[in-house]
Amino acid sequence: MTDIFASLGIALRLVLEGDPEFVRIVALSISVSLASALLACAIGLPIGAAVAVSSFPGREGLIVLMNALLGLPSVVVGLVVYLLLSRAGPLGELGILFTPPAIVIAQMLLVIPMLAALSRQTVEDAWNEYREQLTSLNVRPWRAIPTLLLDTRVALFTVALAGLGRAFSEVGAVMIVGGNVDGVTRVMTTAIALKTAEGELPLALALGVVLLAIVVTLNAAAALLRQWSAPRHG
Amino acid sequence: MNRKRSSRLAALLAASLLAIAGVAVAKDFITVASTTSTEHSGLFKHLLPAFTKDTGIDVHVVAVGTGQALDMGRRCDADVEFVHDKVAERKFLDQGYGVKRFDVMYNDFVLIGPKSDPAHVKGLELEAALRKIHDAKPPFVSRADKSGTWAAEVRAWKHAGIDIAKQKGPWYKETGSGMGPALNTAQAMDAYILADRGTWLSFKNRGDLAILVQGDPELFNQYGVMLVNPEKCPHVKKELGQKFVDWLISPEGQHTIAAYKIHGEQLFFPNAR
Amino acid sequence: MASVPRSEVLPVQVSGLGVRLGAREVLAGVTFRLEPELRTVILGANGAGKTTLLRALHGLVPSTGSIRWAGGEREPRAEAMVFQQPVMLRRGALANVEYALAVNGVRGAERRRRAMEALERAGLSALAERPARVLSGGERQRLALARAWALRPRILYLDEPTASLDPGAAAAVEQEIAAIHASGTRIVMTTHRLGLARRFADEILFLDGGRLVEQTPADRFFEAPRSKEARQFLQGELP
Repeated sequence: MTDIFASLGIALRLVLEGDPEFVRIVALSISVSLASALLACAIGLPIGAAVAVSSFPGREGLIVLMNALLGLPSVVVGLVVYLLLSRAGPLGELGILFTPPAIVIAQMLLVIPMLAALSRQTVEDAWNEYREQLTSLNVRPWRAIPTLLLDTRVALFTVALAGLGRAFSEVGAVMIVGGNVDGVTRVMTTAIALKTAEGELPLALALGVVLLAIVVTLNAAAALLRQWSAPRHG
Repeated sequence: MNRKRSSRLAALLAASLLAIAGVAVAKDFITVASTTSTEHSGLFKHLLPAFTKDTGIDVHVVAVGTGQALDMGRRCDADVEFVHDKVAERKFLDQGYGVKRFDVMYNDFVLIGPKSDPAHVKGLELEAALRKIHDAKPPFVSRADKSGTWAAEVRAWKHAGIDIAKQKGPWYKETGSGMGPALNTAQAMDAYILADRGTWLSFKNRGDLAILVQGDPELFNQYGVMLVNPEKCPHVKKELGQKFVDWLISPEGQHTIAAYKIHGEQLFFPNAR
Repeated sequence: MASVPRSEVLPVQVSGLGVRLGAREVLAGVTFRLEPELRTVILGANGAGKTTLLRALHGLVPSTGSIRWAGGEREPRAEAMVFQQPVMLRRGALANVEYALAVNGVRGAERRRRAMEALERAGLSALAERPARVLSGGERQRLALARAWALRPRILYLDEPTASLDPGAAAAVEQEIAAIHASGTRIVMTTHRLGLARRFADEILFLDGGRLVEQTPADRFFEAPRSKEARQFLQGELP
């Protein structure tokens, strides 16, 4: 217990003192996670919506696969991205291994299946409700995709936030493709792993507390936004 | 979503990606594959600012086990190797991946264990200590991650006349983790463990663990540095990387290494020739 | 105005129309003809197949038999439907109407003009920017009618348009339906409100157990229905 209280104290001090290294790590965590979550939304949500409104042979199998990908171990994703971005790999020419863009790519690939699977469910529920109305208005399924995405935006916002949370809390893949390079690719999770390795457990836990606080703040903001928008849009 | 909004979103995404990428390419830098022991001991935090100040070159250290560090070199993902497993380094050189290897510094391994020392190894030589551990079978944590420390441990068991791969039992815990995490594990289960002195000295979560065996010549731990071969890996930053190698073995670099101390105790001993 | 002239749509000849839901025959052998100008109300007990008939006419459920328009094939863009529970998009009332127009290829200033006009005729101009999903039941129903009207359909199918509305809202909806008819749209409507049917219908299609029992001019139907089923229905329904 004393360790945990000590960590709370350290966490508070880190935030209040605004140590530049700490601030840089937090800022990098937030910016790469936001970038990867936005990119994952741009790709994952349309995929989920497209599967929701379409019917083709093998659709059920694809949905099973999408749901299964939710459980994809992040280390596997990290390894695949590492092999792709490695100088010896097909995208080696880019030279972005061990840089923040590599982290963005890995996190994005981790988050896309999650966004696709969850948005598929959300959009399909809406599609069941809207289908006859939209068909009656002569809306073709492909045209229904943006309509449904827009109309389920509040629910999808929560989905996107879950994606951001996943990106933000990711450590395995980020460690592999980012390399946890001090001042370059060290994010909150890999810093926690490093501090744990150095036996600085209270400091590691304090970073964890800060990470949790950021995630909680994000979710609280989302909850407020939902409350504010619900009576406005029904 | 209308077209204007999605194109604005795309522009925003592109801008944020570029901004993030910009952080990484702002300055001349080299990528050094090194070991968890050098990173976890805090040496780089002391050493690299001095080098950057002298040369203006940033050093990006990716700290992994020696085995993985050398593999990074084989895949051309590092410019310089800074590791501590002479046998594996020789192999790397023989395969043509390294240019020339230089001794940089040494420290030593230490056998750590609970202060109560249930196997009664305190003060023994390493081989005798390992035999006693093998007889008494108290928990023993092995890195089992192809790191330099693990390679040293396996060699030590062999010299003690024990084929650890065949004779290990439930008491022998292979964690497959870096030095720090393995020490955390050992601390939690009051286990014996072979560690490098640098990591041990900077390690905070010692609990009841203490050094039980040290000073045996077999515990000698040599670190070497080499440029990854530009003929195998055209992307290697030859000049910048060579500058780092040269600086490490220069009087300047050697002096900086010697100056790194924790609680007044020197962690690494420069020995470049 | 819409591009499909009246002569190409009406009359509509429906022959041997049947609908199956799994093993259940919901509609069978339904044959009738929709003449121009008239207002048709479909009556029948619950489960008689009224809504299914509308949905089949509108092409929302697979059916057997044939639906022939005067000009030949059904033209989906020349007809519209307002559901008992219309689905509104999560956007403003005006934006809902504009969406329907946009999907059907009406662009730019013309789209805005037609949408505003539809809202105005429905008496909803003041609610143009109000989120459609938070409108009252009556306002939503009128908005759904306005959305359908804006498309200028030749035929408009209405499924229980005044169900679950209070008398005031029902009257407003009824007024709007009358205006749509007056503007030249053929109306086919189901209802279980006999008062509405009496006031509105020119002819009655009476369904019983998935079969069309009679197609009769409205005044004659309410005075002296030909079929036993319709007589029982009217006796049972009238207080």
